[in-house]
Amino acid sequence: MLSEPLLGDEVVARAALDAGLRGAYSYPGTPATELLEYLQGSAEVAKGEVHASWSANEKVALEEALGHSLAGYRALVAMKHVGLNVALDPFVSSALTGSNGGFLVVVADDPGMHSSQNEQDSRVLAEFAGIPCLEPAEHQELYEAVQEGFSLSEDFRVPVMLRLTTRLAHCRAQVHRREPQPPRARRPLPERFEDWILLPVNARRRLGRLLETREKLMAHFDERAVSEVQEGVPGPLGVIAAGLGYAYFREHYPDPGSCPPHLHVRRYPLAPGALRALARKVDEVLVLEDGSPYVERALSGLLADPRVRVRGKLSGDLPRTGELTPELVGRALGFEGVPSRGPSMPLPGRPPSLCKGCGHADLFKALTEVRREFPGLFVTGDIGCYTLGALPPYQALQTCVAMGASIGMARGMADAGVLPVVAVLGESTFAHSGIPALLSALRGQVPMTVIILDNAAVAMTGGQQSLLSGEALLNLLAGLGVDPEHLHSLLPRPQDHAANVEVLRKALRHQGLSVVVAARECLQAARRRKRGLA
Amino acid sequence: MNETIELILCGVGGQGILSVAQVLTLTAAEHGLACKQSEVHGMSQRGGTVQAHVRLARGIIHSPLIPAGRAELVVGLEPLETLRHLHFLKPGGTVVSSTVTVENLAEYPERDLVLAELERWPRHSLLDAEALAREAGNPRTQSTVLVGAVSPFLPFDVPLYLDVLERMFGSKGQALVEANRAAFALGRQHSLEVLSELR
Repeated sequence: MLSEPLLGDEVVARAALDAGLRGAYSYPGTPATELLEYLQGSAEVAKGEVHASWSANEKVALEEALGHSLAGYRALVAMKHVGLNVALDPFVSSALTGSNGGFLVVVADDPGMHSSQNEQDSRVLAEFAGIPCLEPAEHQELYEAVQEGFSLSEDFRVPVMLRLTTRLAHCRAQVHRREPQPPRARRPLPERFEDWILLPVNARRRLGRLLETREKLMAHFDERAVSEVQEGVPGPLGVIAAGLGYAYFREHYPDPGSCPPHLHVRRYPLAPGALRALARKVDEVLVLEDGSPYVERALSGLLADPRVRVRGKLSGDLPRTGELTPELVGRALGFEGVPSRGPSMPLPGRPPSLCKGCGHADLFKALTEVRREFPGLFVTGDIGCYTLGALPPYQALQTCVAMGASIGMARGMADAGVLPVVAVLGESTFAHSGIPALLSALRGQVPMTVIILDNAAVAMTGGQQSLLSGEALLNLLAGLGVDPEHLHSLLPRPQDHAANVEVLRKALRHQGLSVVVAARECLQAARRRKRGLA
Repeated sequence: MNETIELILCGVGGQGILSVAQVLTLTAAEHGLACKQSEVHGMSQRGGTVQAHVRLARGIIHSPLIPAGRAELVVGLEPLETLRHLHFLKPGGTVVSSTVTVENLAEYPERDLVLAELERWPRHSLLDAEALAREAGNPRTQSTVLVGAVSPFLPFDVPLYLDVLERMFGSKGQALVEANRAAFALGRQHSLEVLSELR
């Protein structure tokens, strides 16, 4: 059955449904967002056969999916690469509890940082936790990898990572679907629960078992990979390609008969036997992989053969940062690029900007005005549409690091005597990981101002449901212990500019902690809502 | 791989470049071609540069990205963005672009210079998508005008496009379907006239 053209994220969702998925959890983040969106739009979820919901953050999402898996059903959690940092604590320990129903951790990396603050490579974290990782190169492989991932997770009783990168997650293509499996029977709970209670005495035993599992997995992968070493046309150069690296490699060798000796790496831990088998055939190995030089680094240890030269990102044959492109791979393979011609005039860049009429802009205008009265003012920013307030014409923010980081960093600034200090973040980012930071600052009686931009949506990723907005947000702030006299609300719109400047002035003059909630619905979300109602 | 078609689509976030891509890939699928369509989501959709790579072929398509100097067509909803992506065109390739500028940046170059630069490319079909969309009865059909303007350069039959438009807009009322059909026809007509001069 041929599907309609699907984004890579959607292929994962479709494949998981076809494989008998029962529960999925996620927090929106480019390039992973569309996975859960596809599930939420599916017939299976509409009929109530499959659960799919947004979580407050990735840590919560991973714990929810782990619970679903341990309960005995196939489960997945989806996130962008930096989301895995948030979820790292339960992620690493879930390798010790292991899975019950198949458990897939889907992580979309963003090499080249199209929409991210860093370029980390999740394969490193799969190895760190000691779990297997699958990395498909194209859509059909991706579809199959989801099915394989669930089976591996059940056969070896470990969580399995599925690594995507932006170009796979956000590329559309058709896939051949398998016959959807009927809802799977629940796998029984164990009779005793020691394996899931990670007290040191149990965790030590589980770690031993995880290392044994890893050895078995490596042998299992190696057996498959050895048969996948491609003889190709004999020559001095061999190619080891993973993920998109393989797609770009084949772009230059579309005829399978013309390829040099090569190995397509699809699974981690790496298969030492297969890598050595390839290396024996050649004098030098070119490694093509997106992200860090993960395979390249491992190779020098695995081969232990000074005769074979390893080329890749460490050797300078490919750039150390950014994403692979067909041109870069072509050059590394020794192909000349096609000459191309651009315009002769210089072109100004077009950075993204806040939507015309966005309430964030009104808040930044008010903040800019009041800033004149507080020359030393320091403003910590956060992750969301409002990060664009760091760019001209506002240039209102001085930091942007991680979800919720604005509040903790503001407190650190205040403790260091940088005053006055303001943290600016959205309501969904606050719910994601700002709450504990605000609690700390409140109990520490830190003089600082927190501005929460409540637009009732996770706007940057497409307006997903926000878990903490309006009344609920104000109640939470009061409950945390924000002094009602210094908990302000304002409506960020042009006609209220003067009043809003006054509110900010008052908040900044206060010698203790103040919170300003600037509440106005996201324009895009409002438009979608009205279209939905019409 | 015979009958391989590669297009770069570009514009400004929010203009609807992804829906141009969607119509083209769905139409190509009806025509029996496999597709790979690489998109940009996230931050740049907020009024920044947006591009999509569309690769269509009979056989397997490996790379989601089109290498520079390889695209048959560069299709733009905004002339400065079209210029920005010209290096993807292969010699003899065609530029299809709206001439309507989106000037959401501090120093937008002089519009005439931008258009003159586009006209230097030997094969081009430049059109005022905004005016044609209005003529079609709905100013929001600019992206469909562009689909129409690309259509004479692609091997797909017109009814295939119209079926896809019906599928995409049918649920939103017949008036919108009609406006999109009219927008398609106006864009197509423009490029057919250009083509007759090119030959």
